[in-house]
Amino acid sequence: MQTVRRMELKADQLYKQKIIRGFCHLYDGQEACAAGIEAAINLSDHLITAYRAHGYTFTRGVSVKEIMAELTGRKGGVAKGKGGSMHMYAPHFYGGNGIVGAQVPLGAGVALACRYQGNDQICVSLYGDGAANQGQIFETFNMAALWKLPCIFVCENNKYGMGTSVERASASTDYYKRGDFIPGIRVDGMDVLCVREATKFAADHCRSGKGPILMELQTYRYHGHSMSDPGVSYRTREEIQEVRSRSDPIFMLKERMLSNNMASVDEFKEMDTAIRQEVEEAAQFAMSDLEPPLEDLCNHIFANNPPLDVRGTNQWSTLKSIS
Amino acid sequence: MATSLKCFLRAGKNVVSVLRPRGFHSSAPAAVQVTVRDALNQAMDEELERDERVYLLGEEVAQYDGAYKVSRGLWKKYGDKRIVDTPISEMGFTGIAVGSAMAGLRPICEFMTFNFSMQAIDQVINSAAKTYYMSAGLQTVPIVFRGPNGSSAGVAAQHSQCFAAWYAHCPGLKVVSPWNAEDARGLLKAAIRDDNPVVFLENELMYGVAFEMSEESQSKDFTIPIGKAKIERQGNHVTLVSHSRCVGHCLDAAAVLAKEGIECEVINLRSIRPMDVESIETSVMKTNHLVTVEGGWPQFGVGSEICAKIMEGPAFNYLDAPVTRVTGVDIPMPYAKILEDNSVPQIKDIIFSIKKTLNV
Repeated sequence: MQTVRRMELKADQLYKQKIIRGFCHLYDGQEACAAGIEAAINLSDHLITAYRAHGYTFTRGVSVKEIMAELTGRKGGVAKGKGGSMHMYAPHFYGGNGIVGAQVPLGAGVALACRYQGNDQICVSLYGDGAANQGQIFETFNMAALWKLPCIFVCENNKYGMGTSVERASASTDYYKRGDFIPGIRVDGMDVLCVREATKFAADHCRSGKGPILMELQTYRYHGHSMSDPGVSYRTREEIQEVRSRSDPIFMLKERMLSNNMASVDEFKEMDTAIRQEVEEAAQFAMSDLEPPLEDLCNHIFANNPPLDVRGTNQWSTLKSIS
Repeated sequence: MATSLKCFLRAGKNVVSVLRPRGFHSSAPAAVQVTVRDALNQAMDEELERDERVYLLGEEVAQYDGAYKVSRGLWKKYGDKRIVDTPISEMGFTGIAVGSAMAGLRPICEFMTFNFSMQAIDQVINSAAKTYYMSAGLQTVPIVFRGPNGSSAGVAAQHSQCFAAWYAHCPGLKVVSPWNAEDARGLLKAAIRDDNPVVFLENELMYGVAFEMSEESQSKDFTIPIGKAKIERQGNHVTLVSHSRCVGHCLDAAAVLAKEGIECEVINLRSIRPMDVESIETSVMKTNHLVTVEGGWPQFGVGSEICAKIMEGPAFNYLDAPVTRVTGVDIPMPYAKILEDNSVPQIKDIIFSIKKTLNV
């Protein structure tokens, strides 16, 4: 959680310095969701989320270095600089998806593949409170329940879909009930242990062949929707401050561990120092690494294909594309 | 006598052959007549058998045997796991199909017609087509989207649109448009074996049309390379380029014109993207005249793209006249038969355009 927090804050810094450009949707505040879920599943399970994906990219196994280099658009990025903030991938991690809600049917499809292949794996398919009103999600619920797909649908409810609060967007804000015939649980998404235990329960449910299940994680984002949103026109600074002081996921876990003598203050200090260094080194790499070579422009159009010609900006410009 | 006749009759089928006069032994012809529907059916059957990761999903594909019977018999043979009936949820089931392709399966996603694919077009373009590029090669999407495309008969505006131009516009997709049974079989097998998203545009009016298929094309490993056109008829005076059902119209027009001494070279595109421009250029450099024929609307269409490509290449200098496009009329498809007939290119329209181009 601390690594994700430091990484996101560093990304904020780099964005303000214009070293990161375009879209940047930060995850700080919601770390307990990504960390808790990953603690309850295996790397051989599958996960897909929307565009607020840096935290999951990390928990699914991509290094801070490769994430930051992707944000700065360098060739050392996990997608060689071609994807950016919203399009990072790893084995059994299907991004990073830019179209709101589209990732939910994709996740159910991954779950279908799990069941088809009989490998006892499950798929965690995440979406936000804003996306929860997408029609394709309800289509997906229907098919997932009909075919008993081993899919955990997770609604990360951070109370705001961009600038629209949940009360203004949804006739029913009980997101855990929106699955109708799919059983749903509401979870404190700021408490990493709650998230972990709930996910364990959900994963068992899916693995035992009972079909899909829905989890609503009640969480909060400190930053605005994206870096172009200050995040204070539709909510008060007091509200943000309140959550930070009362429910910060990292603080809560740290306090719990300290008061139960599971770790010492010094150990936390050491961990934090090491993490700061890791993030700093990653940022240095992300700033100094080369941009992708122009020869790479047209590559990766097709997989396992003989090389093909791609028209450039004009008819005399013929570029090469290799798989 | 009576007993022996009864024996013969009990033998059932064999009776006829026994009673037939002894003659030469005739072996089955190497070429057979196969409808486009059966060619598609056999292609899917063989690919389902060959690779257990292949499966078919769509509305009515299983227990109904397919809305147009293209998947007849497959559910009976392969069962619920491989042939999946979906609810009417295009966006949802297309997304599910794409997701399953990302996780290792090889789905064939059927749209009852491509008109309904518009509901799901985001999944086709943003989730399927672009992913290999966005992930810089980390994530493949081996999927086939297939179904009838373009005009049918009397189904009116919302069910008659041609999507060749829409899908062929997008990098990351392959788009094919078979005409005859051999095209259907070879291209579908190639599409299923391709590791990339392929849009496979069929034509409802062609499903029932039978074509002779060579022995070679009936082999289980017969595939047609995506991106290569076929010269269906050789000629010296004008090049006709077409895809799908209009190829047949071009051949009919060519037959009529041959009687007047005009020899048309008819090119069956087979693939819209990537398009075999070289074959068109080679032909134009021989005939000096080019007419494109398609069922879709004229603006920003397949013919428009061919015109642009010819202008940019070596064949331009060989043209004795501007390229002519024959297309569907630029209107939503009407219902009344007389109106519908006049909304699509007819043979007389093709002949007229050829003569105009040749200035005869």
